[in-house]
Amino acid sequence: MVIAIGFEGSANKLGIGIVKDGEVLSNCRRTYITPPGEGFLPRETAQHHREKALIILQEALDEAKVKPQDIDVVCYTKGPGMGAPLVSTSVVALTVAQLWNKPVIGVNHCIGHIEMGRLITGADNPTVLYVSGGNTQVIAYSRRRYRIFGETIDIAVGNCLDRFARVLKLSNDPSPGYNIEQMAKNGKKLLKMPYVVKGMDVSFSGILSFMEERAESLLDLGEYTAEDLCFSLQETIFAMLVETTERAMAHCESSEVLIVGGVGCNLRLQEMMGIMCKERNAKLFATDDRFCIDNGAMIAHAGLEMFSHGWKTLWEETTCTQRYRTDEVEVTWRGE
Amino acid sequence: MSSAWEGFELFKQGAEGRVYKGTYLGRPTIVKERFKKFYRHPDLDEHLTKERMKAEARAIARSKTAGVRTPCLYLVDFESRRIFMEEIQGSITVKKFINDTLSDCSEEDSFRTILPVATEIGSIVGRLHASNIIHGDLTTSNMLYSLSTEGQISITLIDFGLSHVENSAEDKGVDLYVLERALLSTHSNAEKLFPLILQSYKKVNVKDSKLVLDKFEEVRARGRKRTMVG
Repeated sequence: MVIAIGFEGSANKLGIGIVKDGEVLSNCRRTYITPPGEGFLPRETAQHHREKALIILQEALDEAKVKPQDIDVVCYTKGPGMGAPLVSTSVVALTVAQLWNKPVIGVNHCIGHIEMGRLITGADNPTVLYVSGGNTQVIAYSRRRYRIFGETIDIAVGNCLDRFARVLKLSNDPSPGYNIEQMAKNGKKLLKMPYVVKGMDVSFSGILSFMEERAESLLDLGEYTAEDLCFSLQETIFAMLVETTERAMAHCESSEVLIVGGVGCNLRLQEMMGIMCKERNAKLFATDDRFCIDNGAMIAHAGLEMFSHGWKTLWEETTCTQRYRTDEVEVTWRGE
Repeated sequence: MSSAWEGFELFKQGAEGRVYKGTYLGRPTIVKERFKKFYRHPDLDEHLTKERMKAEARAIARSKTAGVRTPCLYLVDFESRRIFMEEIQGSITVKKFINDTLSDCSEEDSFRTILPVATEIGSIVGRLHASNIIHGDLTTSNMLYSLSTEGQISITLIDFGLSHVENSAEDKGVDLYVLERALLSTHSNAEKLFPLILQSYKKVNVKDSKLVLDKFEEVRARGRKRTMVG
């Protein structure tokens, strides 16, 4: 029996979770929410994490009914992510590891998402669509790596949504993407916009510029409502994601899809992916906001898998990195 | 139409639609049917399907002029969303060819077997780009390997749905980048394979290979350096 605690703070969520051999004992989280029209900046986000870290840590321990001495390994997000929030969170993780005298494991954030998704849904060997504010990747496992078959060649899909929400001055509470999703439900008229798929890769920056340039005048002229614009944006960019996922599935001859990452809790995206899967007799796996959105349990779980297979991060190597690709990690805890 | 459609059997479901095999006008024929995708908005689906059928038909014809082997087009029917084309008999995908070779032979032997195929791929892509054709989805699943009666290696390029005609080095660079990424994720020997492809690409696309390869490096760096914020 192994118990792991995970610290996640690569973006505007600070999460601390405790996992016991695949069972989530606690998964506490706070989100740094900025005013409408504004995104989160590294310094303020790190400050938020510093302020909340000890409160959430206590919560996570209480909820899990676990004492520090019961914990076997301390896991933290090594990267990728924003520098300042990453470091502010890792400092807490490394400090408690020293205080409690526990081994440390630095976890790749993307691997955390994938392993958590597999654990929660029971998907065996899925094609993974990883969509969040900082990442857009189509991933499949082969030869001991999570290989990136497709990805965005510029900004992430969540970044495109977040920044469009700023154009419309939508609230960032609970998240800009959630508010776009709610507005889109009442949209009807589809605005034609760029649709950019290059093989299994996608691009969103052109679409964002297109919308930023036109949104105001379209709304002023009364041709489209804000709801229509949210609807059109979602329909277009999600179709691109489903299409590239399907292309990767055909290429890898895969019949399972797993959606992870913050944008993955969008129900319209899940619905569209579900229809695609049905059309090719494949199975869709998705999770809700507890596990899709960045959280501590996913770092604890991935770290626990690594720990159980002999991983240990040396003290000198307990650094953070803003750039850490999914395919850099050798996956020793899965077969060929 | 219905008479032409008789006797066709589902062969596989690809990324873009269903693929059927049968006989049309006495010839072995492949039919690619871009069926309605209900996951996307009907207007978007209609638009994309038309665009891609047009792109495919155009690029197949244009590539032939550029000296790249593609299937012969028999019929394009927008109504039923079907394209009828020549079946390349006795062919397997290059993906299967490479992976089979790697699993059957020693490293040295497989390298010798795959070398001419890599050279041919580079020269095909070079010819395409020299004629300003961007394929848009260069993967080893979209290349068919076959042997001519004289035992010559022949590579047929398929799946032109994402193709377009463009003279920009950027688009050609992205095309190469898509190919590199597809190789890296699919084949364990990709690190050796891709430089060979580039080498023969340079020989064939003399006109703008320098510019394209500079762009390619740029696109590559963009992908690798892109900050990946969780």
